[in-house]
Amino acid sequence: MYQITKKKMLTPSICLMEVEAPRLAAAAQPGQFLIVRARPEGERIPLTICDYDRKAGTVTIVTQIIGASSRMICALEEGACFTDVVGPLGCPSDFVEMPDAALAGRRYLFVAGGLGTAPVYPQAKYLHERGAKVDIVVGAKTADLLILQEEMASVCDNLYVCTDDGSAGHAGLVTEKVKLLLADGKQYDQAVAIGPMIMMKFVMLTLKETGIPLVVSLNTLMVDGTGMCGCCRITVGGRVRFACVEGPEFDAYEVDFDEALRRQTMYKPQEQEADHKCKIGRN
Amino acid sequence: MAEKIGRVPVREQDPKVRAHNFEEVCYGYNEQEALLESSRCLNCRAPRCVQHCPVGISIPEFIAQVKAGDFAAAAGVIARDSSLPAVCGRVCPQETQCEGSCILGVKGEPVAIGKLERFVADWSRANGGVPVEKAPSNGVKVAVVGSGPSGLACASDLAKLGYDVTIFEVLHKAGGVLQYGIPEFRLPKERVVEPEIDSVRALGVKIETNVVVGRTVTIDDLLDREGFKAVFVGSGAGLPRFMGIPGENLNGVFSANEFLTRSNLMKAYDPENSDTPIFAGRRVAVIGGGNVAMDAARTALRLGSEVTIVYRRTEKELPARAEEVHHAREEGIEFRMLTNPVEILGDEKGWVTGLRCIRMELGDPDASGRRSPVPVEGSEFDIPVDEVIMALGTSPNPLIAKTTAGLETERHGCIVADEAGATSRPGVFAGGDAVTGAATVILAMGAGRRAAKAIDEYLKTKE
Repeated sequence: MYQITKKKMLTPSICLMEVEAPRLAAAAQPGQFLIVRARPEGERIPLTICDYDRKAGTVTIVTQIIGASSRMICALEEGACFTDVVGPLGCPSDFVEMPDAALAGRRYLFVAGGLGTAPVYPQAKYLHERGAKVDIVVGAKTADLLILQEEMASVCDNLYVCTDDGSAGHAGLVTEKVKLLLADGKQYDQAVAIGPMIMMKFVMLTLKETGIPLVVSLNTLMVDGTGMCGCCRITVGGRVRFACVEGPEFDAYEVDFDEALRRQTMYKPQEQEADHKCKIGRN
Repeated sequence: MAEKIGRVPVREQDPKVRAHNFEEVCYGYNEQEALLESSRCLNCRAPRCVQHCPVGISIPEFIAQVKAGDFAAAAGVIARDSSLPAVCGRVCPQETQCEGSCILGVKGEPVAIGKLERFVADWSRANGGVPVEKAPSNGVKVAVVGSGPSGLACASDLAKLGYDVTIFEVLHKAGGVLQYGIPEFRLPKERVVEPEIDSVRALGVKIETNVVVGRTVTIDDLLDREGFKAVFVGSGAGLPRFMGIPGENLNGVFSANEFLTRSNLMKAYDPENSDTPIFAGRRVAVIGGGNVAMDAARTALRLGSEVTIVYRRTEKELPARAEEVHHAREEGIEFRMLTNPVEILGDEKGWVTGLRCIRMELGDPDASGRRSPVPVEGSEFDIPVDEVIMALGTSPNPLIAKTTAGLETERHGCIVADEAGATSRPGVFAGGDAVTGAATVILAMGAGRRAAKAIDEYLKTKE
């Protein structure tokens, strides 16, 4: 079960895997996520679903090495198995509920930061296939950290690349690129931002005055991912919500980003300790 | 007249020692102790203990077998009515059930029925278990949602009747609350929980983990596409409640569910063998007075924290098992009764620094007859803590009701089901915490067993 049928390092620290999970692949929708465990002692790690192949019974996940557990995931080789894969979790994106006719011609702006590119892909693909107009702004620190560029280009009308150091595309932040597009007279019916919490916060601040509705996908801490623990709780519109079952997507203008950013640091000291040990173990 | 003997005390780990480890607190009876204790049973003609057992175990009958030294026969008697005796012997609130109604308890101490049940179950497991009678397979598929006490009880009864049963479990390990909720020191996982689940598997029950019913598959999928003829929903009450007071989202505030899931299911208490982190504050306040509050408090204590339980009523109203409260006190947990939190205080970085509370007093009895606590005006005071754990109860997860057409729920999200477990949707039965809201292992098992009977009748009349 949960065999890795394909593995590809997209960058030295980001890997793409196709994993056998037939029930999950049959049910997955854009916007949803899954949880994996890399070994019997492993943590439950939530990852966004990057793609799914219902026929082959596989789901595609993209993982970036940021700590001990993600390092373990990326160390699994093709042919190896995850101990557990469970999902799909969370609610599908709102547009999944909309009739295809309403999506045709609807103008979408996606803003993807770093690993956030992966969950944007199935959403853009779904919308592009149904005739929506899709623009994507992708940002990364440097050109060699950009992922899935060909795939992204194939599911949108315009792909705009930004890098912090100017090694590819626009030199600067995604928010600057978004401002330039709007200054050029580009118009959108809906914007979606997925990436680091801090990026989503600044995209929200950038778009606030424009009146363009903005959805963000929150990558909070989680344990079970099914509404049991409340570890993922955040404040949206003054109400406490569980990102795992009521999200992960929310109206960006209602999200308390500062609280969400702070809550992400809950286990920082323990995580750093674990990653340190993990690296020692490898040497 | 035979010489009267008192209730045989049970051996336990020294409180000072066990406050620092996760080994089981209670050692249970050995053979001599069990024989002696069993001799106290009067073998009443109209045994009140049986009436007060939610699954109706023939208590005097099994105790008579213990007395006769035939422990295997005793295990056989229990197995007729319970598939999880080693669990129930450890976690049932005996003082309000079987033992609470024991005639010996009127003037002295009741027979230690729970400890005898545990002894028989542990002896039986160590000696090859109980051979069970199983009807030949009838090939009829029944799905069970959730592998907690109600699901396991329902599945084993159906399997004994010959049904082809598959349990779908959302987590990566079977057992539900036995696995994620109740700590190792009260209910050992490898030694007790897993063998009991294996004995359900041995009946031919399949357990498929990592399936989120409502997301991965729906109940309609199971009935329409996968050939199941009936479904039992035993999905429990997993959604934690919070108080809605300021500061509840500060770093360092957890639901008891999160804290216990990290420790129990994910084994975070054993960092050498677990990748999951857990937060161990220097001073911890646990809010609530139920078994979950005791479990969270005693887990925090074992992780090295100083622990205070904050409860808004008095000792008398504590809903936890008497034994848990007693153990918690012995281990050095402080209790603050008639105290209710009004705010959680934090520093400028958003981490917990204290708990602001108000003193309470008992007012007039409410609708339930319990005297309800009312705040004493102007009595606010602060307790310095760096971690707060909320153990205020749980409610059922709405996912299944939301994704199953025609499945009625009431306003707390509990599935509406009759005594036998039948819901508003034909072919769909439900029981346990998903129907009643958070209750006990044994009540959930009782509901699972009644539903198994109802499912059997439903499928027989349908044919």
